[in-house]
Amino acid sequence: MQDYFSLFQIPEQFALERATLEAAYRNVQAQVHPDRFADRSEAERRVAMQWATHANEAYRALKNPIERGRYLLKRRGVEIDAERNTAMSPAFLMQQMAWREAVEEAAGKFDALSRLEQELRRDEGVMLEDLQRSLDVSSDLPAAAELVRRLMFMEKLRSEIDDALAQLEG
Amino acid sequence: MALLQLSEPGESTAPHQHRLAVGIDLGTTNSLVATVRHSIPECIADEDCGILLPSVVRYQRQGAVVGKAALAVEASDPRNTIASVKRLMGRSFADADAAMRARYDLVEGKGMVRINTVTGQRSPVEVSAEILKVLRDRAEQSLGGDLVGAVITVPAYFDDAQRQATKDAAKLAGLNVLRLLNEPTAAAIAYGLDEAAEGVYAVFDLGGGTFDFSILKLSRGVFEVMATSGDSALGGDDFDEALAQWLHRQVGGADLDCGANRALLAEARRVKEALSTQPTVLAKVPLVGGEARAVSVSVADFQQLTQALVERCLTPVKIALRDAALSVAEIQAVVLVGGATRMPHLRAAVKNFFGREPFTDIDPDKVVAIGAAVQANVLAGNRRPGEDWLLLDVIPLSLGLETMGGLVEKIVPRNATIPVAKAQEFTTFKDGQTAMAIHVVQGERELVSDCRSLARFELRGIPPMVAGAARIRVTFQIDADGLLSVSAREQTSGVEANVIVKPSYGLTDEEVAGMLRAGFDYASDDMKARALREQQVDADRLIDATRQALAEDADLLSLAEAQRIDAGINALLQVRSGSDHLLIKSAIESLSAATADFAARRMDKAIRRALTGSRVDKLEI
Repeated sequence: MQDYFSLFQIPEQFALERATLEAAYRNVQAQVHPDRFADRSEAERRVAMQWATHANEAYRALKNPIERGRYLLKRRGVEIDAERNTAMSPAFLMQQMAWREAVEEAAGKFDALSRLEQELRRDEGVMLEDLQRSLDVSSDLPAAAELVRRLMFMEKLRSEIDDALAQLEG
Repeated sequence: MALLQLSEPGESTAPHQHRLAVGIDLGTTNSLVATVRHSIPECIADEDCGILLPSVVRYQRQGAVVGKAALAVEASDPRNTIASVKRLMGRSFADADAAMRARYDLVEGKGMVRINTVTGQRSPVEVSAEILKVLRDRAEQSLGGDLVGAVITVPAYFDDAQRQATKDAAKLAGLNVLRLLNEPTAAAIAYGLDEAAEGVYAVFDLGGGTFDFSILKLSRGVFEVMATSGDSALGGDDFDEALAQWLHRQVGGADLDCGANRALLAEARRVKEALSTQPTVLAKVPLVGGEARAVSVSVADFQQLTQALVERCLTPVKIALRDAALSVAEIQAVVLVGGATRMPHLRAAVKNFFGREPFTDIDPDKVVAIGAAVQANVLAGNRRPGEDWLLLDVIPLSLGLETMGGLVEKIVPRNATIPVAKAQEFTTFKDGQTAMAIHVVQGERELVSDCRSLARFELRGIPPMVAGAARIRVTFQIDADGLLSVSAREQTSGVEANVIVKPSYGLTDEEVAGMLRAGFDYASDDMKARALREQQVDADRLIDATRQALAEDADLLSLAEAQRIDAGINALLQVRSGSDHLLIKSAIESLSAATADFAARRMDKAIRRALTGSRVDKLEI
């Protein structure tokens, strides 16, 4: 199967307009989706299903910037093994601890949690810009890998906060 | 049997020839069938001009009666007259809800609960097949020919077992299932194509026994489901039940027999429906001994005693909004589907939640069947030039695996667009371990015991190695019907175990085949002659298509493969003129098997060509 970028016929880079990706994805699904081949033999339908599955996976991975960064790094020979490789800078480890403490303190308080959530979002935005530069401009792969790992941590933390917020909302 | 066709992907092979296909809404309370005639979707009526077929089957020694005639005798023969069987589809005895247990003589059955009737034990699949057969006959009579296939709708929130059971029922009724389509998605198709809509829509679908809520994005002919949620055990039935219990309490509540209970339930339904247009209704509540007492029910009474049910509907709504990362304000319009959405207090609750008047332009009873008919028409190959829309649906419930300590590890999250696959690697934890058990579950909870068990299977023949050395790659594939299949391969040795997941609650393929054969043994000579003709037509079509494919793409085949296909053609030619339809059928199956890889390669080539072709188009813009 083709790599995600050639499948969608988009340049292999981090910068990507959501609308471009969406249009490319829809274009591919319009060609390969099993619904286009419902009156064909089982063998043919299976091929269509495999292509449609591949397109869905490609879309899912490229849509999410962290996944997209991971995928680009993997294509360039850098595997982000988040569980084993925790080599993050001491500064970021300190920052993690500070956030964890802030979340614990804010537990059960809607406003405090919302504020934290916004702060995380803002920091993530800055880091995504850095990631784009390190992948598309300077080709600094170790820096990009570190950024992806940090972003993965922040995404996880933010989803915990979102869960807590949803519970408070009822 | 449209193998190896020459047309471009997505185009009809024979545009001049309209292929008969239908959409079927197999509902808890009513079922209906629709089709596209002269480009217009319409519901097909029976001889008495009725469109809704009550989903009620009465078993008698001389055969089964379906629909109004069965509904009419519900109170006098309650045990043999099965209503709301959809609630039991894909369910074990332990899963069956209390109301269904009280109404019928349910027994534990292999794979699925059974209903004891005067004709013996019936599975919910068989009961549903009786309903589908009536609709199939109705459609074939009205359309004047055999159906190429059908799209059958299911609640979006149906799990794998319930979907598989529905597909089995269709097979048993002799229907070729083109697709299982989610009910709210079907409604969105009916609305979206009708209004040429763009934007984000919500479908609120409260049927007789199930509740679905879906959010879809419509954009340039693509229907993309963003999130779906629901409750597969909440519907209009529950409102009837609540009202029936209240009425029973009002008259002092002595125990009723089964028949009087059904009469009470029917009366509750009548009162509920009447309260949609009247402020108060006089209910005739049956008493022990055949008498009845009148009880006045006001809209306020009914609202008060069903308010909790209305509120229960809003929980899935909130979950879906959150999953789609949308606020209420971002929903452009809400569409109401299902007979139960006629209740004014429910409508008011929906309006209040979304801050806007919901859409009810298309009859909420018919909209699902209409949408299904539109999709069936396209899937059957009747796509008109320019009729260019596509449906991208999702899996409603997360798929997971059992891990240590009875915990679930999620591998495919809910609301992932289908078809979707996920590969996961496993290893052995003991030296010399040669087998491994895998347990697949569906649901959102963290404990295996709180999720639905879909399948347990064992991977055998792992070559003995030290613990942790084996690499077993298991692939979970969910197809466009939302059905799961699993395959596994040991990476170092290539040992393969292909497992089609038959849910713990399904019928086996052999059982379905057996039931079909039993039916055929009693078929008339006419039907046997028809079966022979059908097989001959299929045989000719397959031979022609195969020869054409060989002429075009012989380079895709090795010599041995080409020889095997030639042998298959010759074998089929030999039996084709005989009178044994089963012999022809099996020769067709062998030739199809021999050409399967070839067909797949041709398909892959066609798709690659189509994808490159679309690149050229894009450059031109």
